[in-house]
Amino acid sequence: MGELSAIAVIAHRDFIKLLRDRLRLFSELAFPLILILLLGPALQAGFGSEGGFDLTAFVFTGVLAQTIWQSSALGLISLIADREEDFSQEMFVSPVSRYSIVAGKIIGESLVALPTGLGIMIVGFLIGVPLSPLVIVAMIPVALLIAVYGGAFGLLILSNISSQRTVAQVFPFVMLPQFFLAGVFNPIHDLPLPLAVLSALSPMRYAVELARNVYYGLQPGLPAPDVTAASVNVSVMVVSFLAFMAIGTVLFVRAERNR
Amino acid sequence: MISPTTINPRQIVGVTAHLPVITIGPGNPRAGKRIRSAASYLPRFLVPGGAPTTLDVSAAPAAAALPPLPNPPAIAVDGLVKRYRKADRNAVDGISFQVGAGEFFALLGPNGAGKTTTLSILTTTLAPTEGRALIDGFDVVAEAATVRRRVGIIFQKPSLDKNLTGEENVRFHAILYGLYGYAPAFGLMAPAYRRQVAEWAELLGLGREIFDPVRTYSGGMLRKLEIVRSLIHRPRVLFLDEPTTGLDAPSRRALWGYLRDVRREHDTTIVLTSHYLEEAEQADRICVIDSGRIVATGSPADLTAALANEWLVVDADDRARLREELVRLGHPPSGDGPFRIEVGTREAHAMLRSIETPLTVVRTHAPSLEDAYLEIVSRAELTDG
Repeated sequence: MGELSAIAVIAHRDFIKLLRDRLRLFSELAFPLILILLLGPALQAGFGSEGGFDLTAFVFTGVLAQTIWQSSALGLISLIADREEDFSQEMFVSPVSRYSIVAGKIIGESLVALPTGLGIMIVGFLIGVPLSPLVIVAMIPVALLIAVYGGAFGLLILSNISSQRTVAQVFPFVMLPQFFLAGVFNPIHDLPLPLAVLSALSPMRYAVELARNVYYGLQPGLPAPDVTAASVNVSVMVVSFLAFMAIGTVLFVRAERNR
Repeated sequence: MISPTTINPRQIVGVTAHLPVITIGPGNPRAGKRIRSAASYLPRFLVPGGAPTTLDVSAAPAAAALPPLPNPPAIAVDGLVKRYRKADRNAVDGISFQVGAGEFFALLGPNGAGKTTTLSILTTTLAPTEGRALIDGFDVVAEAATVRRRVGIIFQKPSLDKNLTGEENVRFHAILYGLYGYAPAFGLMAPAYRRQVAEWAELLGLGREIFDPVRTYSGGMLRKLEIVRSLIHRPRVLFLDEPTTGLDAPSRRALWGYLRDVRREHDTTIVLTSHYLEEAEQADRICVIDSGRIVATGSPADLTAALANEWLVVDADDRARLREELVRLGHPPSGDGPFRIEVGTREAHAMLRSIETPLTVVRTHAPSLEDAYLEIVSRAELTDG
């Protein structure tokens, strides 16, 4: 009970911080909206109409999954920020298990990613991306799964990074290639072998493909792009989640104490 | 194995090959009282190698049937070493000390001496490289969770979340320490918690402001809120790592007044690191560390008396005559005057009576803790260098 309360209050704190940080709320939404509003229609005008695809919907689903996944992963940065602002000391000297602290942070950052996802859905709806009520409802658990998965990935990456500065230097290298390898804006099923291997290793890919599986599976009247089966996406996500959590937490706790 | 320190009056004991360690008695005069008061609530367990207790069982009737047990010190540190990764020397280099329950203990030392590292190990946030430390009899490594319940910490840098209100910061702490279950809003928290918050707000001199973001609070108020927060789980030991750094004089004074009240009411053991020697002067015992090693321990008065000299300054219109007289009395002065005579305050009167030259200046110099501290650190550096 005590540990569950601790997890809840750690998650609660992150969510409250987001609600009070208007600039972060705005910046979290700004980048995906630029992609959806500009890149989707631009691609559609350039290639989509000719191929008979709705590239606006394609980019929308990719950016939705990528934003939630990345927001949650980057949100784990707040563990680093907490350390730099010395707030983590307050958590680390408390009798709460380190695993609970990490769990609380991941849940908190997942909750933080969800309003962003909701914002993207609203904008998608406003610009005419087909969104049936069934798709909207089905996207809620999908978004949660993607967020938690992203948080675990963030933990793994951040577990051996000691400053926000390093995070700022490392994250673009980790994130940017995955935009293309995961197929956020581009199809990935006819890639040359080396890229296909890298694409299969990109954790973001499974989040993006799961979102597309659900969207195209439930939204009538849209030709579905090539995507890996949802069962494969979910299996990879679950196994990776467990591995990221186990390794990330152990590394993080060790890095905290064995300085 | 942790063994109790033997403190002999005015004893100077060299215990390392590199540095003299100065252990100065007569120890803590309140120790007997603290042992009695501690007996009523301390868990009864053995400290390896602990000394037989002088426990007054009449003060703890429930324990009277038990055989005498060693009374665990609040803190026992034995041969603690910490070397940070990639460092070429130990930040903490084999220190050992004990702190009695209810004692006010100060760790002094220059920047980089190892004070904060020691505190981090004692509060379980940093793993030691070697050695052992017990808080209330519990090992800081093997029983870290139990230790964490028993300690409160005021960090060198404020550790409040500036995005949260005062109440939210306190609530966060209370839930983390398992004092109350989680609820998403203040109004949904247990009534007992809400009553407590009203009491804390009163204690802090805050009304509704306790529901304001802490970034609107003054520096002194932030520190006070941190202390209130650190005490809500009733820690046995409160660590204060330079708690008044950055505070103005009135805030520092108010903070110490509050800490005195806390100590009086709860008999909390306090471990302080500070740059302000006048704060350490209030401690029962001071431990001076330098380059990761203990260079002196003792009460402020004993440290001051043993390590910093007292002297008398005299001057006369007829300096030549005064000089001759001082030479005859066995105190040849140096310099051209005024003359400094190395005598303690007790001998000063006799000395002055024996001088016949009419004096124009008579001044005594009573050393401060600061003098003693500077002397200790400079001796340590000389020995080290």
